[in-house]
Amino acid sequence: MVESEKTIKLEYEVGKEEFSKAGLASSNIKKVLNQIGIEASVVRRIAIAAYESEINIVIHSEGGKITTEISHDKIIVIAHDNGNGIENLEKAMKKGFSTASNEAREMGFGAGMGLPNMKRTSDQFSIESSKGAETKVEMIFNI
Amino acid sequence: MLLREVKEILDAEILAGEEYMDREVEAAFSCDLMSDVLAFVDEKVLLLTGLTNLQVIRTAEMLDLSNIVFVRGKNPDDDVCKLAKEKKMVLMRVRHTLFEASGLLYKSRLGAIKIEGE
Repeated sequence: MVESEKTIKLEYEVGKEEFSKAGLASSNIKKVLNQIGIEASVVRRIAIAAYESEINIVIHSEGGKITTEISHDKIIVIAHDNGNGIENLEKAMKKGFSTASNEAREMGFGAGMGLPNMKRTSDQFSIESSKGAETKVEMIFNI
Repeated sequence: MLLREVKEILDAEILAGEEYMDREVEAAFSCDLMSDVLAFVDEKVLLLTGLTNLQVIRTAEMLDLSNIVFVRGKNPDDDVCKLAKEKKMVLMRVRHTLFEASGLLYKSRLGAIKIEGE
């Protein structure tokens, strides 16, 4: 179990266009959260958010990593990629807006629901990005 | 509705999870967009889809969703079935189109999921 003063940190690398591995990091995060006894509905929300972030890194970025920090009262999931950034954040947050490739669409993504799903499932959501730069999404889940 | 009833109504072939036919589903969702599945679905739901890649299984895993029907006679790769078995999921394959399979189940009183308004 998590002790109040301790933080458990998990970190997974996510590769660019590694479609067949997409979901492995989120699957591992989910497994650990279940093992330490986090409530199922919270685990599901975190799994959805982590998975959407992972898919985003795979289909849109130059690769990146997903970090999960588990403390006594909250879980923070950070998806940080190596670029190339989001040109228009306001548009990107709109349901249905997507710049995904055909390959991503064939995998069942690119519906323009990724960022809205992450925002919906998390208790606090923030995103930093600009064209040509890295993108960092931080999601906080209260437990 | 029990999965064994789903199997009978759709004349389905079981690809994984034959031992779980007594599981019950409360509603069904038909969709090829995994992000929409992630947005709207939870565990007791039967997913009908024409997508047969690994991401369908991963999507289901994140949602604790365990029961999937592949439509239009599509056959997933072995690694898809293998991962599904590992995750104790049921995979079925039917010849029907997505529309037809959904219609047959709906006619047999399996309902739709509720989508909350914004």
